[in-house]
Amino acid sequence: MHRLSLRAGGLARWDGNAALDIDALAGCLASPACLVTQTTSGLIIGMLLFLVAVGLTLIFGVLKVVNFSHGAFYMFGAYFAMTAYQFSDSFALAMFCGAAGTAILGLIFERVFMSRVYGADVLMQLLVCYAFVLIFDDVVRMVWGPEFKSMGMPAAFQVPPLFIAGGVVPPYYLLLIGVALAAALVLGLGLARTRIGKVIRAAAHNPGMVSALGINTGLLYGGVFALGGMLAGLAGALAAPVRSLTPGMGFSVLIESFIVTVIGGMGSILGALIGALLIGLIRSFGSLGFPLFTEGLMYLFMVIVLVSRPTGLFGKEVA
Amino acid sequence: MKRTRQPGISRRATLALMGAGAVISAAPWVARAQAKTIKIGMPTILSGRVAQLGTSSRNAVLLEVEKVNAAGGLAGRQIEMVIRDSKGQPQEAARVARELVNTDGCEMLFDGEASSGSFAVHEVARDLGVLCIHTCSEASSLTADPKQHIPNAFRCVRQGIHDSIVGGSYAAAIAKAKGLKKWATCSPDYAYGRDTTGEFALYLKRFAPDVEIISESWPKLFQPDYTEVVTKILQAKPQALYTCLWGGDLTSYIDQANIYALFTQMEVFAVNMADYTALTVVKNLPKGIHSGNRYIKTFPKTPENAAWGDAYRAKYNEYPTNWSWQNATAVMLLTEAVKTANSTDGKKVAEALRGLTIKCPFGADGTVTMRAEDNTLVGYAIGWGTTIPQEPYVPEVKAGDWKTIFELEAEWKKSKGYT
Repeated sequence: MHRLSLRAGGLARWDGNAALDIDALAGCLASPACLVTQTTSGLIIGMLLFLVAVGLTLIFGVLKVVNFSHGAFYMFGAYFAMTAYQFSDSFALAMFCGAAGTAILGLIFERVFMSRVYGADVLMQLLVCYAFVLIFDDVVRMVWGPEFKSMGMPAAFQVPPLFIAGGVVPPYYLLLIGVALAAALVLGLGLARTRIGKVIRAAAHNPGMVSALGINTGLLYGGVFALGGMLAGLAGALAAPVRSLTPGMGFSVLIESFIVTVIGGMGSILGALIGALLIGLIRSFGSLGFPLFTEGLMYLFMVIVLVSRPTGLFGKEVA
Repeated sequence: MKRTRQPGISRRATLALMGAGAVISAAPWVARAQAKTIKIGMPTILSGRVAQLGTSSRNAVLLEVEKVNAAGGLAGRQIEMVIRDSKGQPQEAARVARELVNTDGCEMLFDGEASSGSFAVHEVARDLGVLCIHTCSEASSLTADPKQHIPNAFRCVRQGIHDSIVGGSYAAAIAKAKGLKKWATCSPDYAYGRDTTGEFALYLKRFAPDVEIISESWPKLFQPDYTEVVTKILQAKPQALYTCLWGGDLTSYIDQANIYALFTQMEVFAVNMADYTALTVVKNLPKGIHSGNRYIKTFPKTPENAAWGDAYRAKYNEYPTNWSWQNATAVMLLTEAVKTANSTDGKKVAEALRGLTIKCPFGADGTVTMRAEDNTLVGYAIGWGTTIPQEPYVPEVKAGDWKTIFELEAEWKKSKGYT
């Protein structure tokens, strides 16, 4: 604040742009090229967000824990992928290591720490999670150093962007959207159709009964946590070639993931998908029409959803 | 069970506490009376996102102090640096600065804070009257604004307004030569980003009046994804882009803009690109990005500068940053001032510092000067050039002209009501 008051103003004021730029937004909506570019840009942001948010919502749905440390898995996924890529030069292996590494980490984290606070107060759970946000950040700092890192784009994707209807679409982002969509599909079908999926849904509904039927709920909870961690790790790995890696990088993603889960409804996978895509599109088109209010737009949308549907778009009423 | 002792503080404990209190309050005086070494306190940012800069500041200071101590110290007194983490928080920086002087007995301060914290430390220096050299804050008003002026505080740092003048004139020359009329800007949305971009645009338009800014983007500081900003700029189809994103934000931006082939579609001016922290991290650095010099061992192209960069790298296994050269210069200036004053008394040293010119590897002409009128560093190497993806990263840097900088700076000060 001090600095703001000292530095702002005074200089023969170079005009900042208007908060509202309807012309730019209307112009974009009328042009197929712009529509394609902005829509894919929204999809990319949305899809990465979905992968993080869906883990968050899954863990909440089954374990009834708000995993505040979820952003750390996104961060670890990115760092694991970068390290694997540096050693192997294989992009596929990097993605695998990002996802598998965080899955194992998630399992250990749940079994050793989180499983001890399931019965505890929500505040206690929050404290444990927050403690691990700090601990994980410091672990990354110790292992990889405090400075930011970059993984670099694999050679296979260092190609000129595609032009679809005049709009610009980088091939890497097509892969990214594809992988995220596939993950959403497998997850959705898996939960709906497979036996494990049914057990998970049953555990979300009535854990006592599931346990009484002889199913090892401890293992189930660990598995769900590992799955959530893996999805966030995959998001981190996919983002690693295009985003800089720093300790604490999970935090900003976490905040947006919370917005997504609140909009979509806590515990709903479809809600997470729709919520994430909406946030992505709001960002990409909002930056054209409301350049100074893109962030605010996201929160405004969340408020509107909360006021009209307090459980979120796809959340179920608590019985 | 029978309680043998009444709850509360016992007489013995009270005495012990009083004794401890007496020792603590007397400590600075005892320390000062015994001091053969001279303690210099330094709050800087050693944790958090910009820790790398704070660490590089500490490294540079220690590198230089080692040399001074080996040569006999400051007026015969060995320097002991007391360097503490401020976590980049202004209130913490002020607290640490105060503690360094009052409790640790530091006789001078190096303020290794970013702009936000430096104003807080400046107030501490005003209050305590201790000699203070700012080594990292580029905010022009810190020394340009006469309200900020105190005789015991100096700034040994490049300055926002100098960079804008040089950047604006460099960019205008290219804009004229290549006919770049439509410009876009993309800078982080906080005081530094807004001010620097505003001043750059001001001087760009002054030197090339037919330039037009057709699109602006203000992503958040530390925003993870810039895709929507990149595509917005592509939609606007500018001929040139200015950005003062820095550090990890800049490298993210480059990676994300790269896959949209943004760098092939417009000339890009990124003032903070030519810093080793960014240059060595970006894997696919596009050729031909225009950048201001932050620290680069090939500019000024002198054996002294190259030797200094290499010595730093040999010791710390990484290249120095912009903050490094500034901190090293502060030690060099202080050493020379103490020699001139033949004393380590803060007031005498301050007097000697005012207007002092020293030989320095980072000087535009091999020297830098602590300008007397506003206690700020001038004459340092400042310029712009274009990048290549490998060392020396910026092969040719076009040096800024200090005569023009002085003229326009004076005019700017007048327009702000500073003179």
